[in-house]
Amino acid sequence: MRVISRRIGFYILTAIAAVTVDFFIPRVMPGNPVSAVIAKMQGAVITKATIRALEVQFGANTPEGLWGQYVHYWSNILHGNLGISTSNGMVPVTTVIRGALPWTLGLVGTATVLSFVLGTLLGVLVAWKRGSWLDNLLPATTFFQAAPYFFLAFLAIDLFAIKLGWFPAGSARNTLDFPALDWTYISDVLDHAILPALTIVVASAAGWVVGMRNVMITTMDEDYVLIARAKGLPKSRVIWYAARNAILPSISSFSLAVGFVVSGALLTEIVFSYPGLGFILLTAVQDADYALLQGIFLVITMAVLLANLAADFVYVFLDPRTRQEA
Amino acid sequence: MAIGSSTHLGADQPSDLVPPGADPLTAPGAKSRRSRLRLPSSLKVLIGLGTLIAFLLLAVIGPWIAPYNPTRTFSTTVSFPQPPSVAHLLGTTQQQQDVLSQLLAGGRSTVLVAFVAGLVATALSVVVGVTAGYLGGLADDLLSMLANFFLVMPALPLLIVIFGFLPASQGGDDLLIGLIIAVTGWSWGARVLRAQTLSLRRRDYVESARIIGERGWRIIGFEILPNLTPIVASSFLFTVLYGVGTYTALAFLGLINPNHLSWGGMLFYAQVAGAEQSGYWWLFIPPGLAVALLGTSLALLNFGIDEFINPRLRAAGLTRRRARRAGLPGAAQLPRRFVLGLTPVVRYTPVTVTGGVTASHQPDEGGSQ
Amino acid sequence: MNAPLLSGARAGEPLLEVSGLCVDYGAGPGTVHAVLEADLVLHRGEVLGLAGESGSGKSTLAYAITRLLRAPGMITGGSVGYHQEPGRVVDLLAADEGVLRVLRWSQISVVLQSAMNALNPVFTIGSQLTDVLRAHRPGMGKAERRARAAELLAMVGITADRLDSHPHELSGGMRQRVMIAMALALEPQVVIMDEPTTALDVVTQREILEELMELRERLSFAVIFITHDLSLLIEIADSIAVMYAGRLVERAAATALFRAPRHPYTLGLLSSFPALHGPRKQLTGIPGSPPDLRQLPAGCVFHPRCPYVMDRCLTERPPLLQLGVNGEWSGPGRWVGAGADRAAACWLQDGSVAAPPELARPAPGVKQPAGLVTSAEPAEPVVPSAPATRSQP
Repeated sequence: MRVISRRIGFYILTAIAAVTVDFFIPRVMPGNPVSAVIAKMQGAVITKATIRALEVQFGANTPEGLWGQYVHYWSNILHGNLGISTSNGMVPVTTVIRGALPWTLGLVGTATVLSFVLGTLLGVLVAWKRGSWLDNLLPATTFFQAAPYFFLAFLAIDLFAIKLGWFPAGSARNTLDFPALDWTYISDVLDHAILPALTIVVASAAGWVVGMRNVMITTMDEDYVLIARAKGLPKSRVIWYAARNAILPSISSFSLAVGFVVSGALLTEIVFSYPGLGFILLTAVQDADYALLQGIFLVITMAVLLANLAADFVYVFLDPRTRQEA
Repeated sequence: MAIGSSTHLGADQPSDLVPPGADPLTAPGAKSRRSRLRLPSSLKVLIGLGTLIAFLLLAVIGPWIAPYNPTRTFSTTVSFPQPPSVAHLLGTTQQQQDVLSQLLAGGRSTVLVAFVAGLVATALSVVVGVTAGYLGGLADDLLSMLANFFLVMPALPLLIVIFGFLPASQGGDDLLIGLIIAVTGWSWGARVLRAQTLSLRRRDYVESARIIGERGWRIIGFEILPNLTPIVASSFLFTVLYGVGTYTALAFLGLINPNHLSWGGMLFYAQVAGAEQSGYWWLFIPPGLAVALLGTSLALLNFGIDEFINPRLRAAGLTRRRARRAGLPGAAQLPRRFVLGLTPVVRYTPVTVTGGVTASHQPDEGGSQ
Repeated sequence: MNAPLLSGARAGEPLLEVSGLCVDYGAGPGTVHAVLEADLVLHRGEVLGLAGESGSGKSTLAYAITRLLRAPGMITGGSVGYHQEPGRVVDLLAADEGVLRVLRWSQISVVLQSAMNALNPVFTIGSQLTDVLRAHRPGMGKAERRARAAELLAMVGITADRLDSHPHELSGGMRQRVMIAMALALEPQVVIMDEPTTALDVVTQREILEELMELRERLSFAVIFITHDLSLLIEIADSIAVMYAGRLVERAAATALFRAPRHPYTLGLLSSFPALHGPRKQLTGIPGSPPDLRQLPAGCVFHPRCPYVMDRCLTERPPLLQLGVNGEWSGPGRWVGAGADRAAACWLQDGSVAAPPELARPAPGVKQPAGLVTSAEPAEPVVPSAPATRSQP
């Protein structure tokens, strides 16, 4: 499993780098973040303690040197302290994130996996039925690839929620209801989740379709697929022969695209007012809640790294050539 | 936006990155051969090219052909966006500004930022990728690690943090925005180019150039780079596409100076006005559609380049439709599309059961399979 | 489960008959005529060698026969008949998907040049051996299939523990052996081998060929052996067909071809490789290069490179002339009926001119295809076709 341990090492390094980047950005940018935050906090109570806390957070006006601040920053993170969220009533950032994370994981996680599966299957189909009318779908997929996620979200809401009234137009659930683990609650959640999930799936599946189709076409040119035909194997088996090989590069590109898909999904959440990370990201931006911003960035990065790691595991599992056997 | 290019990414072996067997970069005697400019033949490429040129034109002349000043407010009493009318073909925003003018003028910054990002990112990816591939060893390891780092890091969140901390005054400089976006978008191209350079470096003509003592940069410039042109072109288009989407997203989030006109900014204001909830479709459909169409044209062009790089992706074999178009006899005998393992038979002579076959052929004994 | 050794009347019967086969790549202007009017017959248990340079159309011909040719190839004429049983001929060109699927591998199988490419890298060897069993022998249970797969591996000298290995874990020679075992899984009647040993080193080459011949003795299948290495064919083939620029230019029993060629191209090929023993001689080779298949020369397709070219060759294309077993022209007309005899597509052989002596040597005691019943010809002693005695070309 040397491959996996190398990858894990790389991810750890990347995580460290991400934290470092997160540390440096407020200190490198022109302008004074502390005053910017304060400017945005009109109407809230600003005590000396608050200002002090902000200064510590952004490294302004502190006796510690840069290295000291860096170490301090790390120790905070490892203790689960991501700072104070100024736009959410001075609660810890971790609390805010913890409230939003499950929604995002549920929606984005499911939608991403679903879109990968659907897109890949469709890609295999288009590749196998090459030369048929399905090929005309491909230029259409470029439109969906190019259209911003949030634009599709707008369209979806306008069409399905407003005009047709099939689905609710936003938020994750009927906020008046008390969350309980019963069917009404769950079905309500699902009802609210369908449209955003659909948007994410449609926006991202196009990429998988084209990618998988291209790899499939190249794979079908391989000798072993010809041999599969020559063996008189049933068609489904031949397709499986090819697809089982073609999926490997797709999984690699999944790792890379996860970042994109997650970003797009966050934007979709915003349009749907879905109370996930995307939504609180927007408020963090608008209210200059830098601590929250940094915290969300870290969380998203870690999630993407984990997804990459998972994809790497799957790749090694599926491709016997990467394993080192006796 | 998801990745949808044919050049798949897997392990760092060059063979994994270039589709196996498809090596159009070599032909018998291919030595420092510049890839010839082929006229695009497929419909989708032509449409893509045409649309792109239209958008480029728009970027240049947009603000001049706009009917009104995009920032001019037409009324201070009305507070709702007005639907399209004769005076305002695409309606007005909540601030009573003409949407059409904004659309035409906003194209410039979007196109500019995207192309700046594309150029800088492509230049970076060429420098890093080719250097890593050519030098190998420690330099390669370090550069690859750098590229991988940027590859894995989710771009948009990073950009959000960067732009979030950027003071608003800077957030209106197209060049700066393009540069910052480029910093996050070069890594994919670098990886592909590195792999391709690695494989080219082992070619005989490059080896012989090194042996006779040609300087490294000359080899890179004259032997390697010309062969990388299609990949660089594809990478450029892809990065521009990425730039369009990212810039629009950043503007949509309000991270770009709101006074700086762009399509993403229009979408930001649409969101602020609650456009989707209230059905003000003219606020978000025109800019969104513009972004989508610009992106589509780039993606279509990329299709064409993909097919050039990997000839297998072009339509396989002779389908019935093409044969008919070419006016070939026996076209009706061809299957509608080519099926692997079932070689089409245009004409054949049936076998007689006695085991012997008559010598003369009967042409046009129609048989199809 | 071994097929009974061929004996008596069944041996030597026609198995695969190809008549006038034409294969093109593409259509319209720029069409490549890869194979033009190929005639050949494969008999039961025969090893037919298909020789020629790269681009001569030999692989194209073989794949076209089984409809395995890739795009943009298509068959534009001729017929292919497979004699499954006496009196029952399957028209391979008219066959639909279902017929072909049943026929494939159980009757006709294929071995490719590069086993690394022909074996699916993500599946185990065992599964690649058993999938044909699952597709064609539905009655077999899982354990039975695995046992049969182990049996097949043992046949080519590989231990059964390799059933769970993947192709990349085996050496080149082992992979090739696996391919051969795979091809024989259903005990087909015909095995088409496309340059099966070209990618291997000479030592492994020899080993595999010997194993192959042994297996053939045991299971009595016919082989179409495609290669550019004529010297190889002299050893293992019963009869040889030489192709040039898409046309069959000569067809003969192996020793006869070797000792008494009738076509200038064959003569050129034979003079291109040195003998291991005997006096040193100058290698001549064949000057020039093969033609562009999109623009074949008029008349005889070989005439630009032929040292014996006549005026007639420039304008008239010589058909594949039937020559008697002793190498004489047996009358006007082209190949009629079944039976692998001598044939050459050369105007020198039609009796109108005297052929040069090197193209008119007497045929040695011709080794007939196994069990072929010839007409009224006294059985001549079979001369062993060992290459060691190549001192008298």
